[in-house]
Amino acid sequence: MEALLRPRIMLSLTIILIPIFLFISGASSHQIRINNAERRIDLSTHIVKVFLTLKVENTGKTSASEILLAFPPTQVDHLAFLEALAATGKKKKKTYVSLAVKPTQLPDAPNETNYYTIVLANPLNTGETATLEILYILTHSLEPFPVEISQSESQLVYYRDSALILSPYHIKQQTTFIKIPSNKVESFTRVEPTDRAGNELKYGPYEDRPPYSYSPLLVHFENNNPFSVVEELVREVEISHWGNLQITEQYKLAHAGARHKGIFSRVDYQSKPTFSGVSSFKHLLARLPPRVHSVYYRDEIGNISTSHLRADSWKISELEIEPRYPLFGGWRATFVIGYGLPLEDFLFESSDGRRYLNFTFGCPLVETVVDKLTIKVVLPEGAKGPSAVVPFPVEQRLETKYSYLDVVGRTVVVLEKKNVVPVHNIPFQVTFSPVLPLHFLSIDFIIFVSVLLGTFCVSGMI
Amino acid sequence: MAAAAKAGEATLRHAFGNVLSFFILLLIGVLAFSIRLFSVIKYESVIHEFDPYFNYRVTQFLTKNGIYDFWNWFDDRTWYPLGRVIGGTVYPGLTLTAGTIWWLLNSLNIPLSVETVCVFTAPIFSAFASWATYLLTKEVKGAGAGLTAAALLAMVPSYISRSVAGSYDNEAVAIFALIITFYLYIKTLNTGSLFYATLNAIAYFYMVCSWGGYTFIINLIPMHVLLCIVTGRYSSRLYIAYAPLVVLGTLLAALVPVVGFNAVMTSEHFASFLVFIILHVVALVYYIKGILSPKMFKVAVTLVVSVGLVVCCAVIAILVALVASSPTKGWSGRSLSLLDPTYASKYIPIIASVSEHQPPTWPSYFMDINVLAFLVPAGIIACFLPLSDASSFVVLYIVTSVYFSGVMVRLMLVFAPAACIMSGIALSQAFDVFTRSIKFQLLRILGFSEADAGDGSSANVVPENDAVKVDKSEETIKERPSRKNKKKEKEQMEKAQAEKTSAKSKTEKRLLVLPMELSVIGLLLLVFMGAFYVVHCVWAAAEAYSAPSIVLTSYTHEGLHVFDDFREAYAWLRHNTEVDDKVASWWDYGYQTTAMANRTVIVDNNTWNNTHIATVGTAMSSPEKAAWEIFNSLDVKYVLVVFGGLVGYPSDDINKFLWMVRIGGGVFPHIKEPDYLRDGQYRIDSQATPTMLNCLMYKLSYYRFVETDGKGFDRVRRTEIGKKYFKLTHFEEVFTTHHWMVRIYKLKPSKNRIRGKMKKSKSRTSTPSSKRSGSRKKNPWQ
Repeated sequence: MEALLRPRIMLSLTIILIPIFLFISGASSHQIRINNAERRIDLSTHIVKVFLTLKVENTGKTSASEILLAFPPTQVDHLAFLEALAATGKKKKKTYVSLAVKPTQLPDAPNETNYYTIVLANPLNTGETATLEILYILTHSLEPFPVEISQSESQLVYYRDSALILSPYHIKQQTTFIKIPSNKVESFTRVEPTDRAGNELKYGPYEDRPPYSYSPLLVHFENNNPFSVVEELVREVEISHWGNLQITEQYKLAHAGARHKGIFSRVDYQSKPTFSGVSSFKHLLARLPPRVHSVYYRDEIGNISTSHLRADSWKISELEIEPRYPLFGGWRATFVIGYGLPLEDFLFESSDGRRYLNFTFGCPLVETVVDKLTIKVVLPEGAKGPSAVVPFPVEQRLETKYSYLDVVGRTVVVLEKKNVVPVHNIPFQVTFSPVLPLHFLSIDFIIFVSVLLGTFCVSGMI
Repeated sequence: MAAAAKAGEATLRHAFGNVLSFFILLLIGVLAFSIRLFSVIKYESVIHEFDPYFNYRVTQFLTKNGIYDFWNWFDDRTWYPLGRVIGGTVYPGLTLTAGTIWWLLNSLNIPLSVETVCVFTAPIFSAFASWATYLLTKEVKGAGAGLTAAALLAMVPSYISRSVAGSYDNEAVAIFALIITFYLYIKTLNTGSLFYATLNAIAYFYMVCSWGGYTFIINLIPMHVLLCIVTGRYSSRLYIAYAPLVVLGTLLAALVPVVGFNAVMTSEHFASFLVFIILHVVALVYYIKGILSPKMFKVAVTLVVSVGLVVCCAVIAILVALVASSPTKGWSGRSLSLLDPTYASKYIPIIASVSEHQPPTWPSYFMDINVLAFLVPAGIIACFLPLSDASSFVVLYIVTSVYFSGVMVRLMLVFAPAACIMSGIALSQAFDVFTRSIKFQLLRILGFSEADAGDGSSANVVPENDAVKVDKSEETIKERPSRKNKKKEKEQMEKAQAEKTSAKSKTEKRLLVLPMELSVIGLLLLVFMGAFYVVHCVWAAAEAYSAPSIVLTSYTHEGLHVFDDFREAYAWLRHNTEVDDKVASWWDYGYQTTAMANRTVIVDNNTWNNTHIATVGTAMSSPEKAAWEIFNSLDVKYVLVVFGGLVGYPSDDINKFLWMVRIGGGVFPHIKEPDYLRDGQYRIDSQATPTMLNCLMYKLSYYRFVETDGKGFDRVRRTEIGKKYFKLTHFEEVFTTHHWMVRIYKLKPSKNRIRGKMKKSKSRTSTPSSKRSGSRKKNPWQ
């Protein structure tokens, strides 16, 4: 590898880059340079969305097929979603190609930096440039400060990041925009040039920063958006060949913002809604599929009467629910939402005769983070050879469940994923071999006959 | 040939009648079940009220941990810091029944939740109870009366009030157990079969498992036995019906932990043993009378009587000494208040404070049994025509239960089946008379069988069968005009009995035949009355008795408005407090707090420890600081009060407050009821006494209440409150529900409490670790 080096490269640079060359093959960082990086961080809700636009150029001799993204270890634990698109074409006629992203371990990573590799669709030849649009989503990244607030206070949070984009590459020019929900900012770190306009902070442009440049950034601002976090969500999807798809969703909801401290006064809460409990929330919106029916909303002690359903036969139904009490910081609530759906909307027959269920992953609640999501697809009794196709990595396993009058039990495909955000609400498929109709009829038939016989026996005895 | 054909026809008719009865009974069962589902349809499938929540929680424990853990369950979530031995203090019948049903369904892979099973246990058992009523009444007056009684019981409002879906209480299964026990007793009495006697003991055991009301059985049956003996109706069947019941029943009853040795120790059971002895003496006398000549018998009688008197005196002396040695004369408080209706209000305010322990008003009779109240006397008369062992039993049953229902409104429930049986008999007999008259008159009008019907003897033949055909066999002439062919045959086997009845039926051979018009009008009136009863029952089931009481609704011009504050508060407690926090509230809400909020409570609806309840009552009636000390000494972290003043919910804690004062004052004399009353009147307005306006209950209820409307107008008491602006120093509001019906306060930590009193070294020591030291002086709990 060292033989490839041009003699005119300065010695000092060689010394810096040697360790990286030793371990990174192919598209190593000496070849790649980021000409322009623009980062837009959206802090308006508790789900942090970062849009990163990179214009990369291959300055090396060989073609490069991979681009590395670096994340500090604090962010990587909260990274819920990462997507990279390659933009091609001119401004008006831009088309995007989705690129594969995979986590990568580099043994020499400074300060435990974590990497993701973006695999380019077409290898980048020497001198070529490409535009990458990267979206990543961070959860639990807004830290409430003060940690405890009273009912009348509003919620202030910290956001920590780096003013300079962490990258293994040289960045020629970069700018970071931070969007905050209101123009109430307590403080923010100044890394000149820094500018503030209304609810937007602008860091940069910074020129010619070497790889792994880092400049801590702290923004302390007001965010009263609902910090609704579902700590655990179990969705059970039960396929019934009688034509129904029954969904049962068990939620453990929490307000993950600043903890509520001291008294809760109903008088203040009801009479001064603008001052009191501004960070609390009492409404949640669930988007359910069209043609939803038999919706219920309850918890372990019975029905919760505060819900409204706007059902529609052709578009998304909206279920507006209120927990039993308004949720202040640190308060929790559990509830169950259940509904039925017409099976023909979700179960299809594939060309090889197998059936597949096409259903939405993720959580129907709007703007909600799910710490741990478990989806259980209960197949009809006797279904064979189940397999699940999910567009992102999930843990999978099989279980058996006994439901109404089962003999052999139903196969349950269990999918588990941590840190789920609304962008994960995309379809997944579960394929299985169909059931013989005779099988599931027989048990009910036997029961029907035995009940009839029993009736006659009893009437004979009397 | 003709006889054989006739017999065949009779069998066919018999079979047809049985199938018809079966389907009618099936429909009655469906009716009994479905009329109780109004609460599920109008509200939701949820456990109702207070006690059912405890039963539900026990059932949950049973299904989760199994029967052995259930027996040994020491519940530390209640009666803190005493705890309660659930396995030994609960009637396990209901729990075991629902637990078994749940287990059975789940082993069949029918995954119903424990809650669903609990909700529907009561309706299922009401269907069983109506079938048991059929059996019992059939034994007394035949199948027709049985069906009528079963139909009446299926929808009697009094029973519905205790057995709507969700009302998961002991009474739900106990009424079935009560009726089936009575049925088996009568069955044994009629047949003299040891098989039924054993079943009877088992049914009695089930009743003992289910409800404390089993003492009613164990007193009523001895009374009936005594009645039979006194009226000279002693027979071996009576012996078989009674002796095994006492022996087996008592042994079985002693197996139930909550009864245990009470089955032989308490006065409630003495009557049965006394009658047991008497029965044996009588049996001996009859036996000796049978083998001795009349002269010898007289000698023997004098001998036995003199010896017996001495023995009796000795036994009675021992009994009296035993009974007199216990303070309540061996009777439990509730039983005593039954015998002496004024007892509870004089001595035990905690029993008197429960609304269902109050005597009922006249309208409540009309509400709960409706037209049955008018039919009962007719039924009693019908039972005397003729009086048999069985009918004398139901007469005795109704007489005693009328008395008990007059003492305690709750025991209306025991009265209702008796009223249904009596009314069933009355209705059935009346229909009998009317239809027979119509039939007879019709026959005469049509001139069909002028010759046959002309003489009086045929009058009793016509109603014999439902057929129009008149037959005149010798057998039927002898019979009473009832359709109890089967029973009749049995009776004829026992010669003495049969002769007696036939002799009786000869005396009343001439039957009542009413004029046609009168019969038709009478029939119509009866049908009309029945219809009125049905309408009333459906209304009662739908409107009056189906509210689950934990969720309230009201209809406004905007539509239905739901008040779900209780569950809001319990859910808040469940999710937002520490799992070991103790919650103090008045005992009414104890069961609900442990079941729904899963938090430890100080007192609950199992009012077994009067002192503990009095402590909470005292705390609620004390000023803030004293109350804080009492609660703090009990490790209480949250205090829950129910307040209806904002929305007008009348059964809130302010309305119950005088009972807290009374019960508290009963144990801690520094709480005096007159301090809370102005000229004997309970008021919370500006005329209220300072003690009232400064007590904890007032403060917790009305804290910042004035800020809602600016005046502090209490919609329950219909007045402005007396003290409007005040601060809490030892408590802080942590949660108030949407309609303010439940307010939860947290005890402030003690360091805030001693601010400004630092000079006192004594209060300095009262850190949380030694919190008792500071409160030693006034705290009644010490």
